[in-house]
Amino acid sequence: MTLTNYLVLAAILFTIGAVGVLVRRNAIVVFMCIELMLNSVNLTLVTFARANGSVDGQVIAFFVMVVAAAEVVIGLAIIMSIYRTRRSASVDDANLLKY
Amino acid sequence: MDPVPATGLLAVSWLLIALPLAGAAVLLLGGRRTDRWGHLLGIATVTASFVLAVLCTVELAGTSGRSVGVDLFTFISTGRLDVSAGLLVDPLSMTFALLITGVGALIHVYSVGYMAHDPARRRFFAYLNLFVAAMLLLVLGNSFVALYVGWEGVGLASYLLIAFWYTRPAAATAAKKAFIMNRVGDVGLALAIFLMFTQLGTTSYAGVLGSVGLLAGGTVTAIGLLLLLGACGKSGQFPLQAWLPDAMEGPTPVSALIHAATMVTAGVYLIARSAPIFDAAPVAQTVVVVIGAITIMIGAIAGCAYDDIKKVLAWSTVSQIGYMFLAVGLGPIGYAAGIAHLLTHGFFKAGLFLGAGSVMHGMGDQTDMRRFGGLATKMKTTFVTFGLGYLALIGFPFLSGYWTKDAIIEAAFDRGGVSGYLLGGVAVLGAGLTAFYMTRLMLLTFFGKPRWEDGVHPHESPAVMTLPMVVLAVGSVAAGFVLVQLAPLADWLAPVFGEPEEAAAPAIPPLVVSVLVTVVVALGALTAWVFVGRREVPTTAPARVSLPVRAARNALYADRVNEAVFMRPGMWLTRALLWVDDRGVDGVVNGIGTGLGGSSSRLGRAQTGFVRSYALGMLGGAVLVAGALLAVTAG
Repeated sequence: MTLTNYLVLAAILFTIGAVGVLVRRNAIVVFMCIELMLNSVNLTLVTFARANGSVDGQVIAFFVMVVAAAEVVIGLAIIMSIYRTRRSASVDDANLLKY
Repeated sequence: MDPVPATGLLAVSWLLIALPLAGAAVLLLGGRRTDRWGHLLGIATVTASFVLAVLCTVELAGTSGRSVGVDLFTFISTGRLDVSAGLLVDPLSMTFALLITGVGALIHVYSVGYMAHDPARRRFFAYLNLFVAAMLLLVLGNSFVALYVGWEGVGLASYLLIAFWYTRPAAATAAKKAFIMNRVGDVGLALAIFLMFTQLGTTSYAGVLGSVGLLAGGTVTAIGLLLLLGACGKSGQFPLQAWLPDAMEGPTPVSALIHAATMVTAGVYLIARSAPIFDAAPVAQTVVVVIGAITIMIGAIAGCAYDDIKKVLAWSTVSQIGYMFLAVGLGPIGYAAGIAHLLTHGFFKAGLFLGAGSVMHGMGDQTDMRRFGGLATKMKTTFVTFGLGYLALIGFPFLSGYWTKDAIIEAAFDRGGVSGYLLGGVAVLGAGLTAFYMTRLMLLTFFGKPRWEDGVHPHESPAVMTLPMVVLAVGSVAAGFVLVQLAPLADWLAPVFGEPEEAAAPAIPPLVVSVLVTVVVALGALTAWVFVGRREVPTTAPARVSLPVRAARNALYADRVNEAVFMRPGMWLTRALLWVDDRGVDGVVNGIGTGLGGSSSRLGRAQTGFVRSYALGMLGGAVLVAGALLAVTAG
């Protein structure tokens, strides 16, 4: 197992997440794709922390997890309320805020 | 010679200015509450000023050098410029102060009757007081800057008073015309003061007039000509004479005080006060004389053709001030003669205007002389006082005008050579024309058959109006003899102008000049009787008249020349500037605004509301930043 493998895996996960955000309409799925991107970054951070023999990257990874948890709470609440009012979880239907 | 510090009563000579100024302030700020007694306050302040002026003059006569300075406060102190406000009390300034406050007080009294039925009488007295204060500052100030402040002050008061009946379009226009034409002259005065400051670093009379010798000849000439431009504007001299007759739209007491006796003579004061400058600049002096001579003729010719009684008197004023310019332009032999004529003119012209006001008062504000006639028996006091003023003006032997005008004509002949005869000839001819138009005015107004409009019942004016006229008539009769023979003004003014000098050998003996002038005057009066007195006077002016008469009726087309030379090009210029501003400057500014507005609204379309397109944008941006970082670190 070399460093490269971890990084390639992280890149693949990030790409899947990014493409998912761009092509999927369901808000829940978009949300999961965002989590995927966050976790790929976490993976990168931990990998470099291990390679450099310092704990800085791991500490940042914890921060990212905490922020992600908070974001999930708020994000899901927003999705719930949009679903209740508009009877749809599609992000393309929630397009009232525009020019 | 530097003025000595003031002591005693002269130390409070600033009260001369402060009293009328306080009166104006009370009347203007007090509003309607002062309506009932406002005119009395106006009279009281000016009369108090007059009494103070008399006392100050007596005190001044007792001092040795007869030149007293009163320091008040520092007015402007910045860098090299240091202007301290102060007064210069000397024979010249006190002579003017006496004229201004004396005639001013009489006209204030007259105005009580003349403006009795005007609802805005308080405002009228406030402006009159303001005028008196500004005029006193003009003559009493000890520097050209102080003079300039007074100069603008009287200009403002003149504007306010010409437009006193501002609801009449003619009055409003006349006021604007007067103000704008005065502005032209004021530019000259301001430039002259700037020039003095840059060249000498001072603007006080003592500083400037004492060091004229240090200046280059061209600079002195330039200062002289610029001062002359200012004087021409204020005094209604060629080429800025056209505003004065229009200024007759104001109430008649205003015409008497401002546009006959005092303000319009400020130009003469300016030139007399700047005597050392003009003495050192022969070119400027010659221009003064020429302008005086031209103006004598313009005023006299236009005066012959007008039918409006006040406008004839106004043209007469223009012409008489021309005599004063001629006199002060002649140099040391003429200064005292010019000031003497200014004083006697102040008496008889103010009296004539007040008489004209009295006639208008009795005739229902009619000013067309063709609608007068036969008023001699109806308005006896007015007739007698007006008649004395008339005789004084045309130079009837031994009345005021005879003494002072003859002195000027003699001085003109004494200049010698061709120019002396030319100037003297113009002055004599002017005297003849004066006799013609004034006799015509007298015949049309007081003699012949009545040509009154229906429903007009002429009546004598109340005593409050006739009394000042009587006093001024006495002055018209006696002032000339007193000022020329009894107590020569030249001796009194000697500290300012130097001892009066007699021409070594007069070009023409004074007696011959006197006889010549008297004969020409008699001829002028006779001509007027032949053309006007003998015949029936039509109530409308004949339309088919010869070319010279038409030119004279249009005041020699001065208005049209001004219009063609200054007004039209000025309008073109402003229109061109307006176009540049509208299309050029505004175009650029508006273009930038519209461009930004349009592009931003177009940019706003990118905000579609679709979250996924935003996400694509963010991803693209992140990729760009990452790519740029890689490119920088790798390269």
